[in-house]
Amino acid sequence: MIEVNNLHKGFGDVKILKGISTKFFPGKTSLIIGQSGSGKTVFLKSLIGLHTPEEGFISFDGRVNTNFTTEEKRQWRQEIGMVFQGSALFDSQTVEENVMFPLKMFTKKTNSEMLDRVNFVLKRVNLENANKKLPAELSGGMQKRVAIARAIIMNPKYLFCDEPNSGLDPQTAIVIDKLIQEITEEYNITTIINTHDMNSVMEIGEKIIFLKNGLKAWEGSSEDIFKTDNEAVVAFVYSSNLFKKVRQAYLKETK
Amino acid sequence: MNYIEHVGKYFIMLFQVFKKPQRRRFFYESLFKEIEELGLKSLGIIMFISFFIGGVIALQTALNLESPFIPKSLIGFAAKRSIILEFAPTFCSIILAGKVGSYITSSIGTMRVTEQIDALEVMGINSLNHLVLPKVIATIFFYPFLISLGMVLGIFGGWVAGVLSGLFSGLDYIEGLQMDFNPFLVTYAMIKTLVFAFLIATVPSYHGYYVKGGSIAVGKASTKSVVWTTILIVIFNYFLTQMLLT
Repeated sequence: MIEVNNLHKGFGDVKILKGISTKFFPGKTSLIIGQSGSGKTVFLKSLIGLHTPEEGFISFDGRVNTNFTTEEKRQWRQEIGMVFQGSALFDSQTVEENVMFPLKMFTKKTNSEMLDRVNFVLKRVNLENANKKLPAELSGGMQKRVAIARAIIMNPKYLFCDEPNSGLDPQTAIVIDKLIQEITEEYNITTIINTHDMNSVMEIGEKIIFLKNGLKAWEGSSEDIFKTDNEAVVAFVYSSNLFKKVRQAYLKETK
Repeated sequence: MNYIEHVGKYFIMLFQVFKKPQRRRFFYESLFKEIEELGLKSLGIIMFISFFIGGVIALQTALNLESPFIPKSLIGFAAKRSIILEFAPTFCSIILAGKVGSYITSSIGTMRVTEQIDALEVMGINSLNHLVLPKVIATIFFYPFLISLGMVLGIFGGWVAGVLSGLFSGLDYIEGLQMDFNPFLVTYAMIKTLVFAFLIATVPSYHGYYVKGGSIAVGKASTKSVVWTTILIVIFNYFLTQMLLT
């Protein structure tokens, strides 16, 4: 479980996060939503330790990350998987080398053991026969699959995804969302996704946190988001006519 | 950001770079890749330029020493001195600062803007050590060979130019090469080479690693890194010459 307690973060005089508290549970897919500039990326980067909180703390199964010794921090890093917005695959390495990278870096497995694990993970993300391809030779959706494979190769306890379906067509986006959700349940991972995509919110949002001006403005599930009367959430989520109609239909049906 | 801040940040970067590599096997793999990328792939340009500039140095010297009172062997002597003392270590390093420096900045800068460096950090890898240390070791290890080759080819280029132009004979030139040979001058050239190799690897790495923005920012950082590396090579050249030769 990840517990965030009164998290504050700013850069110079600009305060980005102004006291966020929440909890994320294992086996659940949690989404962070909000307008551009609401602090989503800073929040996610604080969770993965790329930003140090100015106030408050984040604990991972009772361990506060800012109190880690160097060795504990190294250990903790290996429990984290991250899928970046642009996939962040290493250009000069093949798919196989990209996915194998954390294993080579942190384990003492033999080459054949590593290769077995790589093939298993690539099969899990439905990406076979692409081992020797370079990232530039893959489509956006395939690159995301490789990024997911690399993120889960070390059996992480925590998985973070920054806009995992940005730049993908709606069909591929749903496939990627479902894949993340399945992996989360299968391996009991605590998954946190930063997204703008309302389809993801409706499809896989077991827990949704809505950020506004650096504050947690709302928290609930994809069911709750239909019923909420929080004006900021309604204005953000139901900004398109399609979603307005979906909501009206849902409310009418459940009355 | 002012210059003092940049200098401070550069030294903080070096502190992270010179830490023990996390996995030796990985480090050696990267080192051999960098030797190929930063060293072997620069062989062609260094050989080409050294040969022709050596020829030009010998021709210019010959044309400026046209007097019956000056022995022709002095042409070989002057060309040898110019090539060993200045042309090979300094001029070749400036060329390498342009070729290798822009490559280092753009490759690391691209990794920064495409979040590949963040990916390394999230995995718990010291990205500076992982990316920069192999480059520093590769340049320090390989550039003395490269510059030595530049010296040999420069001197050979001078001999070819003399023989082809008829301005001096090959024998006179070789006699000049053997005249008053001081091995410390080669040591001096190698010391300069090592310092310049260090600058060529670290200054562009600094500019690439701390780039902010997108592809245009990477391009600008690349230009800036070449300019700063060249300026630093020229400044260090002056101080090293004063320290070692006076």
